[in-house]
Amino acid sequence: MAKTASPAAASAGVRTRRQGGFGLRFVRDFALNKYLYLMMLPVVLYYAVFHYAPMYGALIAFKDYTPIKGIIGSDWVGLANFKDFFSSYYFWRILKNTVLISFYTLLFGFPAPIVLALLLNEVRSRYFKSFAQTVSYIPHFISLVVICGMIVSFTNNDGVINNLLTHFGYDGQAMLQKPGLFRPIYVLSEIWQKIGWESIIYIAALTGIDQEQYEAARMDGASRLKQMWYITLPGIMPTIAIMFILRMGNLLNIGFEKIILLYNSVTYETADVIASFVYRKGLLEFGWSYSSAVGLFNSVVNLLLLIAANRLTRKLSSSSLW
Amino acid sequence: MRREFGLFDTLLGWFIHALLLVLVIVTLYPLFYVAFASFSDAGRLVAHRGFLYAPLGFSLEAYAGVFKNPGILTGYRNTLFILVFGVAVNLIVTALGAYVLSRKNVLWNNFFMIVIVLTMFFSGGLIPLYLIVKGVGLIDSLWSTIIPFAVNTFNLIIMRTAFQAVPDSLEESAKIDGANHWTILMRIIVPLSMPVIAVMILYYAVEKWNGWFYAAIFIKDHKLYPLQLILREILISNSTESMATDASNADRFQIGETIKYATIMVATVPILCVYPFVQKYFVKGVMVGALKG
Repeated sequence: MAKTASPAAASAGVRTRRQGGFGLRFVRDFALNKYLYLMMLPVVLYYAVFHYAPMYGALIAFKDYTPIKGIIGSDWVGLANFKDFFSSYYFWRILKNTVLISFYTLLFGFPAPIVLALLLNEVRSRYFKSFAQTVSYIPHFISLVVICGMIVSFTNNDGVINNLLTHFGYDGQAMLQKPGLFRPIYVLSEIWQKIGWESIIYIAALTGIDQEQYEAARMDGASRLKQMWYITLPGIMPTIAIMFILRMGNLLNIGFEKIILLYNSVTYETADVIASFVYRKGLLEFGWSYSSAVGLFNSVVNLLLLIAANRLTRKLSSSSLW
Repeated sequence: MRREFGLFDTLLGWFIHALLLVLVIVTLYPLFYVAFASFSDAGRLVAHRGFLYAPLGFSLEAYAGVFKNPGILTGYRNTLFILVFGVAVNLIVTALGAYVLSRKNVLWNNFFMIVIVLTMFFSGGLIPLYLIVKGVGLIDSLWSTIIPFAVNTFNLIIMRTAFQAVPDSLEESAKIDGANHWTILMRIIVPLSMPVIAVMILYYAVEKWNGWFYAAIFIKDHKLYPLQLILREILISNSTESMATDASNADRFQIGETIKYATIMVATVPILCVYPFVQKYFVKGVMVGALKG
């Protein structure tokens, strides 16, 4: 604005008119919608207090927080908490565990519901199909605590899964006390619980495929396997892409609640992830600032992963979140 | 029609059915095992190795033990409180937000949407949230599991999309008849969006029923523990012994095992009874979320 100095009077006139226009719009909008804004007040308050205030509170990651001094009053320490974390023995351990558990869950857990949907799609009997579907959703409705309780009981030294495996040469010790078994138990139970539920979305996508394509393929003598590969799978590809991006954005937000329920000090070396570490250091050992720094690191990495996944899928297929 | 692959296709069909049957068994058997074990005779269950195909003997001792634990009843009561008031708060606040955000010609709506969607991708983290909840004085109150989770952003967006789909003409005519925003929301928008609202109730109810983590960090008073925290004590931290006080030590350990299974039954059977009736709404919800989200 300052550069257009020559028609000074004119530009000043425009500016005031614009400002007036904007202010007027402001006032008019408020007069018209004041009851709407009143209705919005609880929502705005909720987001301000329980989402944005904690984001501001995350500043304590750069401070030496003590409850007496409060968030504002505590002393700045710059990146000391982050340096502490990055140079600590735990950094590589929890990063490795987080990445590995996420990776295994993605590798086995992501295709499983797709496979289930494809299998269900091949079932001709409607009765059997809906029965299998209904049964596969059931675990989704059992609470996590109960599922973990079942895992603990079944894998205990007198548990049914443990007994079964001793026939195949397992030594019969409580399975959750073995660091090497934590990840398989985590991933398998994850699939058990979620396969049916997560397949719903793919089953929905399957119903959208044009049936004439199958008709034409049959005419040309394509086998069921070929139809599956050349028609069904491409048909649900956009859905798979979107689900993949969403999954990537949550890669580091692995079900830490389940980890906290299942792990113990013996299995920390394979089970402890960033989120469970934050919980333990922050809330059980009161390392407020340190664990906030770790949590902030987690949030930032998550955001970057989401953006990267979105870029990647946009390049590979035409679907993306934005 | 040519059918060159006839035999192979038939075999494939059988294979697929067999695979699905295995899946059904793997899904259901653990639940049956829990049921059988809960009715079994404690001593025989502990001595037993391998699969169960029916209860070993028959005993209701474990169930007696479960109901002797005062925690189960207070837990159910607290969870019921969280469920009723929590879902009510969720619905009211979400519906208000969804209504305002679905209106046209509201100057600040774009800003609100950006601010709200951002929270899906970035959060301050667990510790700052704890400090805020502590700051507003909700620690050791059942409301700490309700108010800090008043809106689920994903649900808000789904509801907003549903509200947007209500035809404008209906509201216009209501406005001419002198209806205010509250009336439009309650008399027109909500009744017309009932399917989505039913889905929201179910989603929020499941969230409240299953929630234990935030209760574990915000609530220290044992009397205020929701059911899931009591379950965690019994199933995972192994505190069943206290429930069978009048038994000898060895018996306590044995009955402790069956008590665990009976506890799972007591906490899960009510849900599984409701499940067949609500299942289709959930499925609908997944579709709604998928199409709109």
